[in-house]
Amino acid sequence: MPTDLANDLLELTGEHLVLVLISMAVAMVLGVPAGILLTRRAAPRKWLLGFASVVQTIPSLALFGFLIPIPFIGGIGPRTVIVALVLYALLPIMRNTFVGIAGVDAAVCESAIAMGMSDWQLLRLVQLPLAAQTILAGIRIATVATIGTATIAAAIGGGGLGVFIFRGVASVDSTQILAGAVPAALMALLADGGLGWIERRLAPA
Amino acid sequence: MPLVEFRDVGYRVDGKTILSRLSFSVEAGETLVLLGRSGSGKTTALKMANGLLFPTSGEVLIEGRSTAEWNPIRLKRRIGYVIQEVGLFPHFTVAENIGLVPKLEGWSRPDRERRVAELLEKMGLAPADFLQRYPRQLSGGQRQRVGVARALAADPALLLFDEPFGALDPVTRRELQLQFLELGRNFHKTAIFVTHDVSEALRLGSRVGLLVEGRLETIAAPAEFRRAQTEEARAFLASLED
Repeated sequence: MPTDLANDLLELTGEHLVLVLISMAVAMVLGVPAGILLTRRAAPRKWLLGFASVVQTIPSLALFGFLIPIPFIGGIGPRTVIVALVLYALLPIMRNTFVGIAGVDAAVCESAIAMGMSDWQLLRLVQLPLAAQTILAGIRIATVATIGTATIAAAIGGGGLGVFIFRGVASVDSTQILAGAVPAALMALLADGGLGWIERRLAPA
Repeated sequence: MPLVEFRDVGYRVDGKTILSRLSFSVEAGETLVLLGRSGSGKTTALKMANGLLFPTSGEVLIEGRSTAEWNPIRLKRRIGYVIQEVGLFPHFTVAENIGLVPKLEGWSRPDRERRVAELLEKMGLAPADFLQRYPRQLSGGQRQRVGVARALAADPALLLFDEPFGALDPVTRRELQLQFLELGRNFHKTAIFVTHDVSEALRLGSRVGLLVEGRLETIAAPAEFRRAQTEEARAFLASLED
């Protein structure tokens, strides 16, 4: 393998990883509390889950296109990519947080309240531990999808492994396409396996 | 002053009357059993005693103070609550389940450990065998015993039981009923006990209140209740003879 391809591979894999990590961190910081909020307030449930579902249906290339002209969050480069990736990752995280908590045995929650737990104690001591597995499953699904979608980032100058893929498509060079696709696929498999392992360890005792 | 007093309590939700004009009181040391069919409002009434629900008319007084005036968390911590589904925390061990309210109340660890062991002994569960088990490793009867121990943990002034033994086999149910009577004698606890089983009501109650469609139809000591002539009371008593 020529050294410049190897160097590119290292650099672009690093960029890809950074895009995914930042996007997932932001999506978790927003998505988990949003999911918790949905279990506490019925009113925003419909529109928040609806909004996240609608975002999911927008093709990623189109979403990048929509975001470019928007001031502050748009433009060319990784920032726009991160905004788009966060929007995509929100639904699975938010929905699984909501479903996980809502699925905790009602008798268990009632006992907790009847024993004099505050809402915060109920959440922290009972609901989050019992929903952890479901919440993590949402994070895992979102991570795997984000790793794939992040390859489109190169279309708007966001870098990452997609650079190889777009370059390879433009020059009809399947080596370049594979140089982008294979590491992205491996990254997704590793994330899936690793998070899946943690998920199984979190199984309620 | 009675420990619990229901004053003309009504509860309406979505235009439907669940309870109406319910008045009774529970003196310290007695066990009042609320007997009734499904949907008679007995669980709703029970949930008003610890502020899980509030009356839409009238008021419920605990130690002379309306439940609406109590700090909701303080009120619930003073009252033990046991339900049919038990509701043990599946991710906590037996020791953690029983020790939870003491922990929330800020008891020291040695105090908690002593209390948990003492309660397990009282419930006939050897601490060494049970402390570290998880609820899924218990039989139905053991789970319900742990549920009762958990309700007793912080030495509450009042205990509420919502058909706690309803899901158990008859032999285990009888064992737990006897244990319940023993607890009552030893601790002089005050309890409200909800059931649809008339023999359980007569066995456990120092008084039995019969709820019919949200109204208290009869309230009497067991011996007197057996002689009650109202239609619903006779329907329940008839089930004893089968």
